[in-house]
Amino acid sequence: MAILGIDEKEYFASGHRACAGCGEALAIRHILKAAGPKTIIAQATGCMEVVSTPYPESSWEVPWVHCAFENTAAVASGVRAALDAKGDKETNIIAIGGDGASFDIGFGSLSGALERGTRMLYIATDNEAYMNTGIQRSGATFPYANTTTSPAGKVIPGKTQPKKPLPFIAAAHGIKYVATASVMNLMDLHMKVKKALSINGPTMIVVLVPCVPGWKIDSSSTIDVAIKAFETSISPLYEIEEGVLTINQKPSEKKKVEEYLMMQGRFKHLLPEHIKKIQEYVDARWKYLEENNGKKVFDNLF
Amino acid sequence: MSEKKVISGAEGVAIAVKLCKPKVLPMYPITPSTLVPEKLSEFVFNGEIDSKMIHVESEHSAISALYGAYATGVRSFTATASQGLALMHEILPIVSGSRFPAVMFVANRALSGPLSIWNDHSDSMSERDQGWIQLHCESNQEAFDTIIMAYRIAESKKVLLPVMVCADGFYLTHAYEPIQIEDQEKVDAFLPDYTPEHYLDTTNPKTFGAFAQPNSYMEFKEEEEKAMREAIREIIKVSKEFDKSFGRKYGNGLVEGINLEEAEYAVLGVGSVCGTIREVIKELNEQGKKIGLIKLKSIRPLPVEDLKILCKDLKILGVIDKHASIGFGGALTNDIRSALMGEKVKVEGFVAGLGGRDINKEKIKELINTIMKNKEGYWLK
Repeated sequence: MAILGIDEKEYFASGHRACAGCGEALAIRHILKAAGPKTIIAQATGCMEVVSTPYPESSWEVPWVHCAFENTAAVASGVRAALDAKGDKETNIIAIGGDGASFDIGFGSLSGALERGTRMLYIATDNEAYMNTGIQRSGATFPYANTTTSPAGKVIPGKTQPKKPLPFIAAAHGIKYVATASVMNLMDLHMKVKKALSINGPTMIVVLVPCVPGWKIDSSSTIDVAIKAFETSISPLYEIEEGVLTINQKPSEKKKVEEYLMMQGRFKHLLPEHIKKIQEYVDARWKYLEENNGKKVFDNLF
Repeated sequence: MSEKKVISGAEGVAIAVKLCKPKVLPMYPITPSTLVPEKLSEFVFNGEIDSKMIHVESEHSAISALYGAYATGVRSFTATASQGLALMHEILPIVSGSRFPAVMFVANRALSGPLSIWNDHSDSMSERDQGWIQLHCESNQEAFDTIIMAYRIAESKKVLLPVMVCADGFYLTHAYEPIQIEDQEKVDAFLPDYTPEHYLDTTNPKTFGAFAQPNSYMEFKEEEEKAMREAIREIIKVSKEFDKSFGRKYGNGLVEGINLEEAEYAVLGVGSVCGTIREVIKELNEQGKKIGLIKLKSIRPLPVEDLKILCKDLKILGVIDKHASIGFGGALTNDIRSALMGEKVKVEGFVAGLGGRDINKEKIKELINTIMKNKEGYWLK
């Protein structure tokens, strides 16, 4: 039985140790429903590995492999080459890494796998910090967020750098499909996973996954916060397909970033000047997306 | 037909790899192992070998892709040296801990710094605790043969541990020697297809690389230790079978004693330096001096019982160590001393040949004079 085209069967079994309200566990559950049983998962070190595979238990109903933190795309490359050697053209390979694994430590191996044209879907589950190790700042951390290594100090008010534009960096490799997604729209995530897996080459989806302890939000508000991230254009939904940028969905009424920021403990230290700066940053990013909507932003010249 | 060819050691290794039919070749260049991926690239790009090459962006990714290939259940290969091996360090125990029977070639080269591209054993010796079987070679024929034996040893169900085949950078990799190239049919008969029990399979989903709690981690490591001990017997067995099939052997596969019958003193060496030591002891034996050689092929597993037997009539054993455990002398010497604890033989260590410093006949004679005078070992520069 499938409801709205979504497989009723679970491939990520319940009983795992993720926090109540975990955005990442929800995303993975739906990524697997979209991908189906003919899928191999290679996953980086992080919360998901810890909560879903405490030996001798496993939540994974599909073959799953973990090796280390920075090498998921390389491990996936080895898996793909071995499947190619076996003549298996059917099996999907999804490499999954958190923002630490994808934006930072595994950036080199990710870039290498994209450049080589490795047929895999790389999914970066982005919760904007190293949550597994206790909420440390990453290259994906949103400006001014309070993390344990970018604390809201008396002199420095949290992270003072912008977010690394990973989807654009991935698209600049000339790969055929890059998308952003969010747990606030699971149907959108579902369709993007299916589309990505139908493409013969490397594809990438960056999914926003709110983290209850990391963002200091209530476990019942994961989706509300993700919706607000969309409504404020902090987490826009777009695709870059064959280099062409498409905004998938625009907020009916653009909300002020303050509404999003004030929902979360990690931003409670912000002063009006910081909020103003964030609004300018978000507006500029949105303006770029709108101006380039429907345009070819990257060329694959080969 | 089997034929003898004068080729470089690296080319010999590449041909041996080709004969073993690996399916996946993640490759990254580094001096002095680069000639191996270069040769393998020629085979792949000319359609002479049915393997998928992955041009990874680092050695860390080379070993990671190798891990991914083995997780998917196919025989594979990579090669590296020095900094490349050091960069792989993190993944080495994951490959062995996952019990993947990978084979890797290491062209031994000094670790930086200061930067050196030349030979010593600091790269592989630094990795001896990572659960890989480590076999060293004296000649290019031995490197060729050891690659083929390595897959048999690694893939034995009793072992299932990865093997690092080490040969001295430049001294062997870039040296041209005659190598007996074996027939594909003979290699196929010696090395059956790789048929793993566990691999990533969508019809039988399994979880690889699960997270071990304190109640299970030690048992995994203990199983590796048992497998490494089992490897001692398996290496001897494979070595005998190799000799039967191809007519060549290297001691018992782990260690070889040369002219030890009447020897009171002996030199223990690893790798290409053994060739020079052979020359020196031949000269000295002719002069009536009772000197022997112990050529240690297997650093891990360390053949402790064999070493005890070989050393039982010796007064002093001088160990040549091409790697220093800075702050506690030669690491190999420490291992050998520990293995021979309680035996009457005295062990003296000589750190030598670091960063490509030549270990010539004069230096070996100097070492022998030192142990014959019952003097302590030192940095033999």
